[in-house]
Parts: sequence; C-alpha cells; structure tokens
Amino acid sequence: MLKILKYSFFDLVRSRWSYVYLLFYLLIGYVLLFLNHDLSKAVITLMNIIVILVPLIGTIFGIMYYYNSREFTELLLAQPVKRMSVFLGQYLGVALSLSLSLLIGLGLPFISYGLFQSDAVWEFGLLLVNGTFLTLIFTALAFNIAMINENRIKGFSYAILMWLFLAVIYDGIFLMSLVVFGEYPLDNFSIIATMLNPIDLSRILILLKLDISALLGYTGAIFQKFFGTHTGVLLSMTILTLWVALPVYNIYRKSLKKDF
Amino acid sequence: MFLRSLYTGILFLFMGLMVKAQSIEVCSDCAVNSLAKGIAMAKAGDTLLVQKGVYKEYNLLVDKPLTILGKDLPVIDGEDKGEVIRVVADSVEIDGLLIRNVGTSYTSDHAAIRIVRSKDFRIRNVVLEKLFFGIFIEKSTHGEILNNRISGDAENEYSSGNGIHLWYSDHIRVTDNKVEGVRDGIYLEFSHHVNIFNNISTDNLRYGLHFMFSNNDSYRNNVFRNNGAGVAVMFSKEIEMIDNRFEKNWGTASFGLLLKEINDAVIKGNTFEQNTVGINIEGSNRIVYEGNDFIRNGWALKVLGACYTNTFTKNNFLSNSFDLSYNSRMNDNSFHKNYWSDYTGYDLDEDGIGDVPYRPVKLFSYIVNNTPETIILLRSLFVDIIDFSEKVSPVFTPDNLLDNAPLIRRRK
Repeated sequence: MLKILKYSFFDLVRSRWSYVYLLFYLLIGYVLLFLNHDLSKAVITLMNIIVILVPLIGTIFGIMYYYNSREFTELLLAQPVKRMSVFLGQYLGVALSLSLSLLIGLGLPFISYGLFQSDAVWEFGLLLVNGTFLTLIFTALAFNIAMINENRIKGFSYAILMWLFLAVIYDGIFLMSLVVFGEYPLDNFSIIATMLNPIDLSRILILLKLDISALLGYTGAIFQKFFGTHTGVLLSMTILTLWVALPVYNIYRKSLKKDF
Repeated sequence: MFLRSLYTGILFLFMGLMVKAQSIEVCSDCAVNSLAKGIAMAKAGDTLLVQKGVYKEYNLLVDKPLTILGKDLPVIDGEDKGEVIRVVADSVEIDGLLIRNVGTSYTSDHAAIRIVRSKDFRIRNVVLEKLFFGIFIEKSTHGEILNNRISGDAENEYSSGNGIHLWYSDHIRVTDNKVEGVRDGIYLEFSHHVNIFNNISTDNLRYGLHFMFSNNDSYRNNVFRNNGAGVAVMFSKEIEMIDNRFEKNWGTASFGLLLKEINDAVIKGNTFEQNTVGINIEGSNRIVYEGNDFIRNGWALKVLGACYTNTFTKNNFLSNSFDLSYNSRMNDNSFHKNYWSDYTGYDLDEDGIGDVPYRPVKLFSYIVNNTPETIILLRSLFVDIIDFSEKVSPVFTPDNLLDNAPLIRRRK
C-alpha cells in the first residue's frame, strides 16, 4: 500500500494541478495579508474560503483523479497486490497531496508575515486542522461516489450535488427548521444539526475561537459552553474523525468487491 | 458723622474678613496633625493647607465654607471604616488629595467625598483609590468636578459603587476626569443641565456613563472604552451627545450606546468602533443622528420597538457585520446621504450620490431578529445567497426602509 501511496502522491505532487492549487493558496494568503496586515482579520476572511472552497476542490480533485487513473487501477489489480491497498493508496495519495498544498500554501504567507509573534497562532492552527479534515472528508466522499458510479458524467454531477447539499442546501433546511420550530427549545437541535455537517462544524469551531463569537449572543453562549469544554472539543474532533473514517471504511469495503 | 462711622464700619468689616480668611497648616508633626482638628479650628472661608503625609481619618464633616488644599498629594486613608469626607456647606473647595480605602456598606452608600445640599462646590485634582462610591453629589447645585483620577478595583456589580454619582443635582460641570474600574463610571439620576466634557471612562463593570431621568444634559469629547456595556441613556429628554468615542464594548450583552425612552436628543460626530452593538435604540423618538462613524461593529444600529421620526444623515457605516437591524416591518425613520461601505451601486452623473437606493437591512438580520437561534448560521454561504437575492428583490424587509441618496465616497 505504501508503494502505491508513494506513487500516487508523487504523481500528484509532480502534476500541474497540485501546483495550481498551491499557487492559488499562496496568492490568496499573500494578497489577503498585503491588503490587511491584521492577521486575526485575515483568519476570518480565510475561514470563508476554507469552509467553502476546500471541500469543493477536494471533491473535484478526488473524483477526477479516480476516473483518470482508471486504466492504471485496472493494471494494478492484475498484479499480486492487495485490492484494499490499491484504492486506499490512491485515496491517501490524493488527500495528502491536497492537504500538503493547503498547509504550505497558507502556512508560508502567514509565517512570513510574523504568525508566530502574533496571538492568532491558535486560531490559524485550528483553521489548518479544519482545512485538512475537510480535505480528507470530501476526497473520501468523492472516491465513494466515483466507485459507485461507472458513468463519469453521473458521478461528477452527484459529487457536485453532494458538495452543494452540504455547503448550501443543508444550511437552508437548517435555517427553515429553526424558523418553523421557533416556539420550541432549539439548543440541542442546533448543536446536533451542526455536528452532523462537517462544513457547519468547522465553521462554528473556528467562529467560536474568534472575536466575532460575541455576535452569537445567547445561542453562542450555549455553543461556547458545549464546544468550549474539553469534552466538546474532543467530541467534535471525534465527529470529524468519524466523517473521515466512515467513507474510508466504505472505500475499503467496496474495494474488496468491486468489479471491473 | 454717620457717614464716617459707616466708612469705619466697612473698613473694620474688610479687616475682619482679611483676618478671618487665614490659612491653617495641617501636617503629621504640626500642632494641627489631623484634618478633623483643622476643620474644627477653621472659620468660614479659611484654607486648610494639608502637607504631604498619610492621615488615617474617616467621617470628616465639613460644615462651613472651606478650601482644603493638599500639597504634594497627601493621603487620607479611610481604613475601610466608612465615609471619608462629607460636605454640608456651600462654597467648599477640595483640591489635590489622595483618598483611599473607603468602607463598603450595603446599607449606606459610603463615598470618598460626599456633597449634601450645598452650592458652588469644587472638587479638583483629587485621586481616589480602593473606593466604594467615589464622588457622590446629593441634591446640590452649581458645582465643578474637575481633573480627578478615580480608579477602583470593582469585581461584582452588587458590591461596588459608582465613580462620580449625581443625584438630584443640577448645573454641575464634570470635566477632564478619568474613571476606571468602578461599577458605573459616571452616573446621573434626576440631574438636569449637567455638562460632561473631556472625560475618559474605561474598564468599568457596568456602564461608562449612565443617565436615568435626567434632562437637558450634554456630554462631549469623552472616551468610553472597554466597559461592561458601554453608555446607557434612559428615560431622559433633550440630551446632547457630541464628538464622543465609544470603543471596544465587546461581549455578548454589550453595546456602545443604549438609548431607552429618549426623546429629542442630538447624536452628532461620535465614533462607534468595535462594539457588539453600536447603538441599541428602544422607544426613542425625534432624535437626530448626524455625522457619526460606525466602524467594525457587530450591529451598527439595532432598532427595537417603537421609534418614530428619527433622522440619520451623513453617517459613515464602515465594515459592520450588520449595518442595521429592525424588528418591525413598519418604518417611520429616514436615512439620507449616509455612506455605506457595503453599497455596490453606481453614480453615472458623478454628483457623489449613488443612483440606486441602498437597503441597509439584510434579510439575515431580519431573520435573526425573529429567531435569534439562527445567528449560528452567521457567515454561511447560504446566508450570503439569500441576502443577495433579498437585495435584488426585497420581500421581507420594510419597503420604505432605504437610503435614497447614499454617498459614493466616505464623508471626511
């Protein structure tokens, strides 16, 4: 598996798209900091980008890579290697190279603008941890969709739809249910609904660490009480890990039976 | 003959006055080694010159017109036993003392300096430390509170007092004071015609400045920073609020300025920067908001309940999370020629005024007002999308709530 991982990883690291992705983050990082020297303000703007774009890019990259390397996969499967290591190796190759681009692309500009001297280190760290989690989650989900759908067009549409659902539609339904059931106590409902969507969970985790959390008022206080404790942080990290583990397990399960 | 004796009389009277207005020196190793002795010895109009040193005294009663003048900031230590100085006579001046350790009491409001039913008092250059109440003015008029430094170490609202407290006191000038770490920095109740200029009120537990039932007052050029909840103006009429700074009143229940049942006030040239809510407005009518800067607040303006005939002109709204929030669909207030940093319209005739009206209420702020829990969707992509669609074709926000002539460039 390590060999395949290594191969996929270096294949991607050498590919043009990884560099485009890396350059994109470098550009965003430097432009943001050039326009606004305040690191903590830049973290807020960056949050919007990470929470929306990272899942989108993870999804598209994952699904493209799977479909593109189909012949290679078939070739590999003819060799005496474990099926699991073929698929998981490819998945980890994509996910890790994307995460690396993210970490380097955003890390470099912030470090060069004096991240370690500022008090935004923790917020920024949390941002990167969340970004990495989102990359792992959405690449895994994309792989799942790609393995189920032989038809590329269909697979691609489903993948985009999944992103659209989690990034936009989910919040719409969430908002509507909050408005409709406004008469009922909604504290636990909102916490659970947030937990179930990795994008919302990342957004709230970052928001609560920033100054802007004061705007959240009473609701924010409940969230702060929950996510501010060690149990809360542990629980949300567990949920994010579960969001990675379940799709990855599904890749493993599917890979054992998948027919070509 | 009569005239002559009158002259002599007047002469003697003058001489008498000159003799009377003498100066008594108080120091640790003088004949007069305490303020209490000094006050007892002094006659009306005398000056008590207090030399440098520490005087452990409390419950001092000033019952005649006196000037108490401290030299090199002598210390009066109340040892937490009670009130330190109480003035019950007119024309008393207290200058240059450091008063510390005022006793805390839950039944009587112990103060470092209390003025009771007196006129023409003047308190200046006084430093107060470790206090309960600082300067407490009770049913007194025509006084001056000038250039004092008050720094408390208040921890709880219930066990702390106010820095400068005015109760039923009119025509007072409060200038150049610095108040920090008390409950309310400056507090007014039933006090009219009070001028509060150039003060700095920071890090207080509750409000930097607090008005209750006080009319015709004016406050200008003050700085209110990092207080528990900013400045509160309640149940008062005709208050002038000009050129003040409201900064960093940041917390879940904080605001820069709270207006509750305020009528006919003027709010001009103030700066509201980084407050959770810039101005929280409830039941306030006929108020003129002109030339204020709202910078990086959570909400620049939060309008709740019946507010009629208010006008907002020439204000700058810069990078606030929400410019305006309204909880009703009716609007009787007018917005004209403000600058909104979120404005995206154009100006074809280049007269500096946007050709498209600006709608300051976002749909999301309307939803948050109705269902506060929805605030957790702050900065979600969905929220940006519905805000955009509401901006294009308004359905939920009040139709007539718009700025018909938004400025293209920031008002300088």
